[in-house]
Amino acid sequence: MAWFKKARKPIASSSPDKPSRVPEGLWVKCPGCSQIIYNKDLERNLGVCPKCAHHFRIGAVERLRTLLDGEWEEHFKDLTSTDPLEFTDTKPYRDRLRVTKKNTGMKDAVVVATGRLDGLDVVIAAMEYAFIGGSMGVVVGEKIARAVEMALERREPLIIVSCSGGARMMEGALSLMQMAKVSAALARLDRARLPFVSVLTDPTTGGVTASFAMLGDVNLAEPKALIGFAGPRVIEQTIRQKLPEGFQRSEFLLEHGMLDLVVDRRDMKATIARTLRFMRAEPAPVPEAPMAAAAAVDSDQP
Amino acid sequence: MPPDTLEFEEPIAVLLKEVEALSMLPQTPERQQSIEGLYRRIESIRADLYARLTPWQRVLVARHPQRPTVLDYVDRLFTDFTEISGDRRFADDHAIVAGFARYKDEHVLVVGHHKGSGGDTKQKVYRNFGYAKPEGYRKALRALKLAEKFGRPVVAFIDTPAAYPGVESEERGISEAIAYNLREMAALDTPIVVVVHGEGGSGGALGIAIGDRILMHEFAIYSVIPPEGCAAILWRDSGRKVQAAEALKLTAPDLLGFGVIDEIVPEPTGGAHTNHELAAALLDGPLQRALSSVGALDSVTRLEARYQKFRAMGSVGIAES
Repeated sequence: MAWFKKARKPIASSSPDKPSRVPEGLWVKCPGCSQIIYNKDLERNLGVCPKCAHHFRIGAVERLRTLLDGEWEEHFKDLTSTDPLEFTDTKPYRDRLRVTKKNTGMKDAVVVATGRLDGLDVVIAAMEYAFIGGSMGVVVGEKIARAVEMALERREPLIIVSCSGGARMMEGALSLMQMAKVSAALARLDRARLPFVSVLTDPTTGGVTASFAMLGDVNLAEPKALIGFAGPRVIEQTIRQKLPEGFQRSEFLLEHGMLDLVVDRRDMKATIARTLRFMRAEPAPVPEAPMAAAAAVDSDQP
Repeated sequence: MPPDTLEFEEPIAVLLKEVEALSMLPQTPERQQSIEGLYRRIESIRADLYARLTPWQRVLVARHPQRPTVLDYVDRLFTDFTEISGDRRFADDHAIVAGFARYKDEHVLVVGHHKGSGGDTKQKVYRNFGYAKPEGYRKALRALKLAEKFGRPVVAFIDTPAAYPGVESEERGISEAIAYNLREMAALDTPIVVVVHGEGGSGGALGIAIGDRILMHEFAIYSVIPPEGCAAILWRDSGRKVQAAEALKLTAPDLLGFGVIDEIVPEPTGGAHTNHELAAALLDGPLQRALSSVGALDSVTRLEARYQKFRAMGSVGIAES
C-alpha cells in the first residue's frame, strides 16, 4: 500500500461536457458559435449549424435520412443482447439495457438497412450513440457482420457510419471478439472487390476505430469529429501532459494520413456516390412504372 | 517480503522468511529437516491457494514480473531462433518480437509481445513494458506475410497490457495498424496457433491474436479493458478493480465457456513464474497437438474454419425477440 494515495480522476466517456445532440425544443444554442438557431432550420440543414457549420450529433435514423434517396428496409432489428456475462457494476447491465431500449426504441446500437444512395443500391449500417454510447457488443458485431455478408451476397457496396465509444465493457471479451469477427467478414468483402466506404463521425474511438472504421477502401470523416484509439484522458495520464488543441480530431487524422477526406455532412451523400461510382457500383435498375413500361414499348416501334 | 510473492501469498512469504532465517544458521540435520518441512508446507499452502484463485488474483499472477516471456518459451521449446526486425516503414518496436525458429524440426514463425519481464528496469523500458506501437503491429504483419509466402506455420504469443496509449501511437495510426492486422490475419493462408500466456490486453493483444486455435494459460487473463480502467469508468473509482475483474469474466475457464478460447494450458502449481522449465514443458504437448491438427487441414478448409470460428464469437449472447 502506498502511503499517499494519488487522487485520480475517473476516466469519463468522451466529450461529456459538450452536449452535441440535436436537442428538442424550438430554439437551440449552437456550441460552435453560441448563436441561437431555430430548430426547424437546423433539421432542414441536416443538423449542421447554418451559421458556423458546427456538426451536431445525429441519430442513426436521421443519418439514414441524410444519405438515402427515400425509403429503406431495415434488417436484423430484433437481435438483442442476453447479457451473457450477467454483468453488474453500479447497476445490472440488464437494467441498463432495458432502460436504453425503452428510451431509444431500439434493441441495440446499430441500424442495418438496404436502400438507394443517389440511385445506387447499397447496404448501410449506422451506429446510434444514444444506445450506451454507440458501444459495440455482440449484437452490434453480429449485425454489422451480417451487413457485410449481405453486401457480399447481393454484390452491393457497403457503407458503415461509425459513432461509438468503442467496445462494450459489459460484454467483456465477447465484445473484443467482435472486432475480429467484423474484420474477418471485411476481408472477404475486400477479396470480392466490393466497395466499402467508412464514414467516421463524432466520436469514433476504441475498438470500433481499431477494426472496421479504419478499414474502408476510403475513410471519410465529418469535420472536427473525435477519432482515436485511446481516449484523450488515458493518453494524458500516460504522458502526463495536456494534449494539444485539435489532437485526435478529423483534421489531425487527415494530416497524418489516416483519412481520405474530411467532408461536410451536407456533401457526404454526393461524395460517397462519386466514390462508389469509381468503385464500379452499378446503378440500380429503374423500377418499371406502368407508364415507363408503356413508353419503352412505344420506343421499340420503328 | 521476498519480491517473488504476491499480496495474496502472504502465508507463503512468512514461511519463506523462516526458511531464509534457518538457512543462515549453521547447518545441522535437524535444521535441514525443519527446512524441508517448511518447504512441504509452502507447497501445500500454494496448492491450496492456487486451486481457488479469485479473478483479481489471476490478474496479479498473469502480470507477475517473473512470468515467462515469449523468449523464455522460445529458449526452451524452439531451436535456431533467428530474430527479424523492423516494419520497413518507420522503426523497430521492441515490444513485439518476431523471428524464424524450429519447433520439432518444423520451421515456424514466432511472433509475440514482450514486456521485458524478469529483467531490470532498463529491459522493461527497452520493451516499453510490452506496450506496442503501430510499428510493432506492422512488423508482426510483415513477418506473418513471410510465413504465408513460404508456407510456414505461425505461433503467436500474447502478453501485453494494451497497445501503447500515447501521442505517437495515434499519430502513426495505431487503430489502422491493429485493424489491418485483424483483417489480414483472418485471411492469412497458413496455420496460426495463438497462445495467450500472460495478459491479453484488449485490442493490443487481439492485433496479433487471430488464429486457428487459441490456447490460453491457466492463470492468464484476456479482457476488453484492464479491470482498473473498467472500474474507473463504470464505478468511477479505480479502486473497485477487484469487482471489475470479477464482472469482466476474464479468466481462462470463463473464456473457454464462452468459446473465446479453445483449450486451457495447465501451469505449474503456483503459476508459470515459479518454474519456467515446467511451464514450458506443460505447453509443449498442447502446442504440438494444436499445430499438427491445424496443419493437417487443407488451406480452404482451414480458412473457412477460421472464419466460422470468429464469425460465431458472441453468438452465445444474442437472442431474437
